[in-house]
Amino acid sequence: MLPTARATLMAALDAGWADPRRLYAEGRAARALLDQAREVLAEGLGVRPAEVSFLPGGQAALRAALEGLRFAGRRRGARMVATAVEHSAILTTGRYHAAAAEDASLFAEVPVDRMGRVDLSALAQAVALPGTVLAAVQSANGEIGTRQPLERAHELCRTHAIPLLVDAMASLGRDAVPEHFDVLAGDARSWGGPSGLGVLVVPERTRWRRPGPDAEVEHGRTDVEPVVAIALAAAEAWRQTEATRADHSALSSAIVGRLRAAAGNLADVDVVGDARDRLPHVLTFSLLYVDGEALVIELDRRGFAVGSGSACTSSTLEPSHVLAAMGVLTGGNVRITLPLNAIAPTLQDDVNRFIAELPDAVAAVRAHLGATGL
Amino acid sequence: MNSIEIDARGLRCPMPVIRLAAAARDAPAGTRIIVLASDPAARHDIPAWCRMRGHEMSEMSEMSATDTPSADAAHRAYLRFVVLVLPQSSKAAGTGSGSERWSRAM
Repeated sequence: MLPTARATLMAALDAGWADPRRLYAEGRAARALLDQAREVLAEGLGVRPAEVSFLPGGQAALRAALEGLRFAGRRRGARMVATAVEHSAILTTGRYHAAAAEDASLFAEVPVDRMGRVDLSALAQAVALPGTVLAAVQSANGEIGTRQPLERAHELCRTHAIPLLVDAMASLGRDAVPEHFDVLAGDARSWGGPSGLGVLVVPERTRWRRPGPDAEVEHGRTDVEPVVAIALAAAEAWRQTEATRADHSALSSAIVGRLRAAAGNLADVDVVGDARDRLPHVLTFSLLYVDGEALVIELDRRGFAVGSGSACTSSTLEPSHVLAAMGVLTGGNVRITLPLNAIAPTLQDDVNRFIAELPDAVAAVRAHLGATGL
Repeated sequence: MNSIEIDARGLRCPMPVIRLAAAARDAPAGTRIIVLASDPAARHDIPAWCRMRGHEMSEMSEMSATDTPSADAAHRAYLRFVVLVLPQSSKAAGTGSGSERWSRAM
């Protein structure tokens, strides 16, 4: 979380503690603060305040986006379409509905290319099938950084009057705000806000309806009252991140470019995702003859916190569904997400040290596995 | 045609690929290497190894215990790969998923 967002959170806990539905002074104050937060985010996202709802977390917003489109389209059918690299909250929900109806055709996963970009002709075919009620395409993938062609995807969907659900959880605050969507979901963490705040954008033109009994909070799009202080902190983080986004993006992109080059110089490496049309702050590569878990631990020992999509680092022992869908190497995977540099003032020095130490760390893991001279 | 079989069932990622690479290093071009693997990552990583190192994966099949009556419980479901070792000169170069190169040297 950004330091100013943290300060806002602390202050707002004092000022906005009351229930915003109550009519006494403290309640009205909390309501005013919540409205303020909504206005800031609506303006940033280029939509109207009434189109923005706060939900408890990005995944909750994403699932609500999907369930509301599905329910609104129930007379048309129940078939859903998503790219194979969507967030697991989309994929598992889609598979669940198909399994519950005992009809595998109710959820179509559209393949991606080696860069992780959706196959638009396959998407066109998928949304053309009768009974389809939504298509889910992320703005960019948080694991590999590759952006999706939202404008073209939206055109394809509109041809068949299928609403496009855009998951912007990885890109908001880091990359341009998506303009092509019928429902948008985001997470305050991506722009340096607190955890526990998801944003659901439902433009007035979109047919969306929450399944279940009518709800009174957040324009009827959830039955969970948002925590006012968390919404305020998220708005403050947005204000700050937006003001510096162009500079941060350019800096992050240059650093990721250097890291991609450094990773590409390692032996037997697959540097994953699009080198140019990508999020500025994400980098992923996979190494042959390397155990992902051992490499994460080796890098941690050297003071670097990296993620991994390798099977041995997941609780299910299954590799990342994103890497698998792309057909790239899943073993020995390292995933780097650069923090917003307001949070990490020593970023440049850390990156230099990482680039200097990475070859040794990889060699150490390979030597330990006896994988030399292959 | 030379043929080598590697039973890497029960071995975790990246050991099946390491075993395959070690066998390929010492094998003449044209050798068929059959790899049996039960680790879920092998499904993706053995084809990726072939692409990165310029060998050919000619077959991947899902196997179950009925195919090998002697297999013990841990080996019930596994994959069988057939890899054709190609000459060094035919190695794919720099056309992989990223724009960056890879090389053979450690």
